[in-house]
Amino acid sequence: MDWAGLTFSTLFGTLRDVLPIVLVVVVFQFLVLRRSLANPARVLTGFVFVVLGIVLFLIGLETAIFPLGRGMAEQLIAQATAGADGQGWLSYGWIYLFAFAIGFSTTMAEPSLIAVAGKAGEISGGSVGVLGLRIAVALGVATGITLGVYRIIYGLPMHWFIIAGYIVVVIQTAMAPRKMVPLAYDSGGVTTSTVTVPLVAALGLGLAGAVPGRNPLIDGFGLIAFAAPFAIISVLAYSQLSVYMARKG
Amino acid sequence: MAFNFQLLPGFPSRPQLRSAFRFRISPILRNLLSALTDSIRDLTPIITVIAFFQIVVLGQAPDDLMTIIAGMLCVAAGLTLFVAGLEMALFPLGESMANGFVHKGSPTALLAFAFALGFGTTVAEPALIAVCAEAARAAAEAGVIAEDPAAIARYALELRYVVAFSVGLAIVIGVVRILKGWPIHWLIIGGYVLVVVMTAFAPREIISIAYDSGAVTTSTITVPMVTALGVGLASSIRGRNPMLDGFGLIAFASLTPMIFVMGYGVVTN
Repeated sequence: MDWAGLTFSTLFGTLRDVLPIVLVVVVFQFLVLRRSLANPARVLTGFVFVVLGIVLFLIGLETAIFPLGRGMAEQLIAQATAGADGQGWLSYGWIYLFAFAIGFSTTMAEPSLIAVAGKAGEISGGSVGVLGLRIAVALGVATGITLGVYRIIYGLPMHWFIIAGYIVVVIQTAMAPRKMVPLAYDSGGVTTSTVTVPLVAALGLGLAGAVPGRNPLIDGFGLIAFAAPFAIISVLAYSQLSVYMARKG
Repeated sequence: MAFNFQLLPGFPSRPQLRSAFRFRISPILRNLLSALTDSIRDLTPIITVIAFFQIVVLGQAPDDLMTIIAGMLCVAAGLTLFVAGLEMALFPLGESMANGFVHKGSPTALLAFAFALGFGTTVAEPALIAVCAEAARAAAEAGVIAEDPAAIARYALELRYVVAFSVGLAIVIGVVRILKGWPIHWLIIGGYVLVVVMTAFAPREIISIAYDSGAVTTSTITVPMVTALGVGLASSIRGRNPMLDGFGLIAFASLTPMIFVMGYGVVTN
């Protein structure tokens, strides 16, 4: 394992990623708003923490979680497609379970979701439960990814599922508590990020390459897109359920 | 003899320095400790899933256990630092800037900031660069563009700018919505209807890439900044509710790339 090379390239990549944000903030803070920072030492320390945190997080993902996750996806797909009967529920059973489990667990570790959920908990004055919200999002992503895997195995067109998902979202929007709607839409966008995308993309491309008759270019992509509508559905359902429980009890 | 910094005008005295030091360090440490326990809780599911599939389903231990344990420790430490830094820098900074724009009273400056934040953070996003390169290869294979490296590179670059522009525009639309107090659902539902209509017209090989591009545009550092901007604006403008009006910027940022990428597919086809 080449730790030095990995550390250097990750640090360089993260700094390149952070640079545009720092530039935009500096230009607008000092040239347009013409204000000094309220607590520059604290903000600067915090920024260093954020950059170091992302670097360490990515190094850890690259050395431990991604190789293991990708290896498992490959082995599970190989085991399932080796079974002669091809499309049975049983031969793909472990893959469905893996898709669900990996969708749930990577979403729970997603830093952007931690940020948004934390903020929501703070400004709602505690009426939005941070952990409950994240579990709701994670269950939605898990369901979406599992359905996406089902679609790849049976070769069904992707947009049916996505469109059906958004129709449910529209119906729920009319019924759910209004204050939760923007947060629910946002959680659809933040679910798929640093941890989820590489593992889920590996699963999708691996499956599309191994299942006979699938084209990796057409069927391999799009698995990530399944996460967003189902995360929204799940968060709206969670808020509807909380209202229902509060009314009942 | 060493130069005495204490003699400089405005330099804090020794007791002042000491108390400032104590004041700053202890809350940071407290932040870090509580973030660490949270990180361990957040990482438990993924470690459990990996261990279960490795041992029970595949029936083998991973080859290089030491590297994996070291990597897991890096992930936990990284998440801890990130969450602590979030509370110290990104959230307060985003909210104080939002507040500053409201007090300055210049919508032009605010909208320029919104666009720069969306465009600037997306155009260099590694996940987006990877997806665009993939899309360009797919387009060449489908015969939409010539199969030579220059044409493929140009297609990928154009696509990247299209997506970055669409994210900048999304943040601008989202900020205008907060300023005007429009309800979010009409805009978002209208957007998805547009996505559905575009899906019917767009070339098949760009559809799944367009759908995925909506998901890859919002990175780990953009999300907290944009969230803080929205919440900060909604808290600073009278008559706006942070829950009802503050959230939703990210939702726009994951919607517009789909529309623009499919639009780009229709135009180039």
